[in-house]
Amino acid sequence: MKLLISYLVGVIFSIGLTVSGMVDPNRVIGFLDIFRDWDPALVFVMGGAAGLNLILFRFVLKRKNPIFAPSFSLPTSTTVDWRLIVGSALFGIGWGIGGICPGPGIANLFTLKAEVFAFIIAMLGGMLVFKWVNQFLPK
Amino acid sequence: MNYVDVIYPLIGGLLIGLAATLLLLFKGRIFGVTGIVSQLLEKPTRENDWRVALVPGILTGSFGVFLFRPDFFQYQIPSSLFEMVIAGGLVGFGTRLGSGCTSGHGVCGLPRLSLRSLVATLSFMIVGIITVYLRGA
Repeated sequence: MKLLISYLVGVIFSIGLTVSGMVDPNRVIGFLDIFRDWDPALVFVMGGAAGLNLILFRFVLKRKNPIFAPSFSLPTSTTVDWRLIVGSALFGIGWGIGGICPGPGIANLFTLKAEVFAFIIAMLGGMLVFKWVNQFLPK
Repeated sequence: MNYVDVIYPLIGGLLIGLAATLLLLFKGRIFGVTGIVSQLLEKPTRENDWRVALVPGILTGSFGVFLFRPDFFQYQIPSSLFEMVIAGGLVGFGTRLGSGCTSGHGVCGLPRLSLRSLVATLSFMIVGIITVYLRGA
């Protein structure tokens, strides 16, 4: 049952990504292309998603604990450091080049497009490289 | 702008938000695809079973829509294979260093009024805009 809920969360997310149009990298790049032919779709996607959560998260977090877990596991860090900014900037470069972020990448795998597989394999590689490089990076 | 250009992104966005809210309600976890994937990659242990179950959901949900509306996937990938490898590598490394991507920082962090997520979202959006601008020049 717990795992079924997790699966369904993935399904709903993926249906949302598809219906929103964000599985199409052209639309993401179109959103980032504000100086030419701007496609505002992502504003409505993010507005709908974050807007809904702005309301619903409050109700959920009023509970003592989640339904299937003893407590909420929320991020606790509040420091804005170079890792956050540089990491997000590197992500932004990749996002701008490929028009795909991790969620749409996975949602697109069933299309069996070579470019999508290349993206996902390189993404997993980038995560592993990070894990190795991280031991040499300053805090 | 056609109403279709607003209504589909909005419905899609609401579904994405609903997924994140359900995960918080049932598991008490933040819905961040980067975190889910990297945890699976680094330590596929028993406590990660919810992450293991979630990924097939993302894989199949989109396919389910495709069966009824194949037009959502009728697009050409605008970048070359080589560019997609570079893009993937930067996304993988960057999201780990920056502790999240569009889902974790944008969809979940912004509504939690997290300053870190606001800074991260501004960072990847602004750099993404610059990247697209420079590539198209």
